[in-house]
Amino acid sequence: MNNIKEIVVVSGKGGTGKTSVVGALASLLTNRVAADCDVDAANLHMILNPVVIEEKAFIGGKKATIDLSRCTGCGTCREVCRFQAISEGYVVDHRQCEGCGACYFLCPAGVVDFSSSYAGSCYICRDKYSAPLVYAELLPGEENSGKLVAMVRNEARSLAEKSGTPLVIVDGPPGIGCPVISSMTGVHVAVVVTEPTISGVHDLERIIDLAQFFKCKTAVVVNKGDVNPDYCKRIEEYSTTKGCTFLGVIPYEPRITEAQIRATTILDVAPDSPTSEIIRVIHKKLLTILEEL
Amino acid sequence: MPVRVWDAGREEEAGWAEGPSGLLKNASALSVEKDRPTREVLPASSKNVRSAEPRWYGRRQDRSMNIVIASGKGGTGKTTIAVNLAYFLARSGQVVQYLDCDVEEPNGHLFLKPRIESQVSATVMVPTIVEKKCNFCGECSTKCQYNALVSLPGIPPLVFPGLCHGCGLCIHVCPENAIAEDKRKIGRLEKGVGLENISCVHGVLNVGEAMAVPLIRKVKDCGLDNCVHIIDAPPGTACPLVATIGDADLAIMVTEPTPFGLHDLSIAVSVAEKLSIPLGLVINRDTNHFPPLERYIEKHSLDVFTRIPEDRRIAEHYSKGDIIISALPEYTSRIHDLVSSMERVSGTTIIGGAV
Ligand code: SF4
Ligand code: SF4
Ligand code: SF4
Ligand code: SF4
Repeated sequence: MNNIKEIVVVSGKGGTGKTSVVGALASLLTNRVAADCDVDAANLHMILNPVVIEEKAFIGGKKATIDLSRCTGCGTCREVCRFQAISEGYVVDHRQCEGCGACYFLCPAGVVDFSSSYAGSCYICRDKYSAPLVYAELLPGEENSGKLVAMVRNEARSLAEKSGTPLVIVDGPPGIGCPVISSMTGVHVAVVVTEPTISGVHDLERIIDLAQFFKCKTAVVVNKGDVNPDYCKRIEEYSTTKGCTFLGVIPYEPRITEAQIRATTILDVAPDSPTSEIIRVIHKKLLTILEEL
Repeated sequence: MPVRVWDAGREEEAGWAEGPSGLLKNASALSVEKDRPTREVLPASSKNVRSAEPRWYGRRQDRSMNIVIASGKGGTGKTTIAVNLAYFLARSGQVVQYLDCDVEEPNGHLFLKPRIESQVSATVMVPTIVEKKCNFCGECSTKCQYNALVSLPGIPPLVFPGLCHGCGLCIHVCPENAIAEDKRKIGRLEKGVGLENISCVHGVLNVGEAMAVPLIRKVKDCGLDNCVHIIDAPPGTACPLVATIGDADLAIMVTEPTPFGLHDLSIAVSVAEKLSIPLGLVINRDTNHFPPLERYIEKHSLDVFTRIPEDRRIAEHYSKGDIIISALPEYTSRIHDLVSSMERVSGTTIIGGAV
């Protein structure tokens, strides 16, 4: 367990091409377990093309339901619910319900049911490089409290332990909220994939702060670098002053879409393209970072 | 609890009641006038129309409209569409408010460039234990659903504020009345007036803070009466999206013709359908023909509001924080198409109709 290293690839802002980069790196890193923690919009399996070996149910948070036939209409539950989830007719709106249990514990008549239900699945797979992949799918609109992310990471780690694999590479969710926090806690290296745009720069600062909050070693990759070379430079300077390793600049690659459509990585579609070159360089640099840990 | 209240008087002062002043004089340069859609309500005709009756007045007292721009997958151009739509509507004389609910990474203000007039801390409640009164019974920690309280023998429970949802249950269950409450800051709200007098509100979640949903609710609480709210939704398809889209009158899903785009779109569409929100699509970077997306659209009888081609100049202007229809006026007609389609689907007029 102690020797397993975890790399998480994050982006802050969505759509920077993070998953395509993870897919390409995963194809180069042969001795690894891949984990897709972007559970409400999982995409990595669409590149790694896995065979599912095992499906595990994810049980979500609890929600309250009032048994109207026995409810006395005393109104206690509506008073204590801070999330305006209970209607005047004492029907719980599950979209609003935070699952805090206040109505359940405080209903004098004891007519509130408080239970959890199936909220998604976690898949343990073997991908097309015959390496393990773990990914999950949350049911649409379910609460993404980070618990499913934690489940994916735990499954990935235990696969790595069982098979003696030294490395887990995690495709992280966008943003900086609970799923991201859950995917970052305790990892060794955070690779931030950003883009040279005003939004990309803005979000980069926040995601680097988050990574440093968790004390992970942070490295930065700029994707679509030629769209705005000026911002690209600024990102490189900013990352260095923040003490991050700058891994490189990937040019805008129109064939990325083709790779997605063919369900594979850019390395397979255009092995000689500048993009593939740089990804191989980034792969080498990452290995060096891992050795130095 | 906003420090500053937008009152009608101030709106009048800012010229909002009469529609945008100042820059409107240059509107011809943008050819908004000639692009202006007709005022009459288009007939609800095809199967594509998801909601024929105007829902616009139903859910709220005032006459405002909530238009949510969502995407499922991040980076499909959601913010680009949202800011350009807001800008177009404001230029056409509509009173527009931009509510950025992407509190983890708010970006709309980088384009609409509001001058920030007020900054308000956003807080949630968190318990504090009155140690003198506590008898270490552990009631509170066994009932808390989020493990935010941990009891150890012989000492008052420890509070983990980052895990607390502020539900107040522990206060109710404590037999000794030993729990009080305090405010905890989770982020801030920033408000200001941006380009074309668009009133802008965005929430900024503190780094390391997990509670996005309470902040999203606070951003939405800042909605002004009697105007069009352009709401930039967070990426993803889980609870933050539900919190944002729950009371929308119309959802615009921005997608791109790629396998990832389609996969995430289909999840976001099913969220909107579950909540019975009328919706339409914007297909961005629409260059390569991607048959699975077209098949999906047909199978689900979805409405495509507009398509934006792949254009490197859009990416370059976006990277600098420009409004696309201002920098590349030829795209104004695409946003015009979007507005016309929105009017058709919502069965109501948006430009000039609301106020
Ligand atoms: S569980 Fe909590 S949030 Fe849900 S209805 Fe009951 S009191 Fe409200
Ligand atoms: S507290 Fe219980 S009995 Fe009272 S209104 Fe609510 S559900 Fe009904
Ligand atoms: S307020 Fe609710 S979530 Fe917070 S500690 Fe008390 S019971 Fe737990
Ligand atoms: S319920 Fe009240 S008395 Fe009991 S441990 Fe909690 S704070 Fe102390």
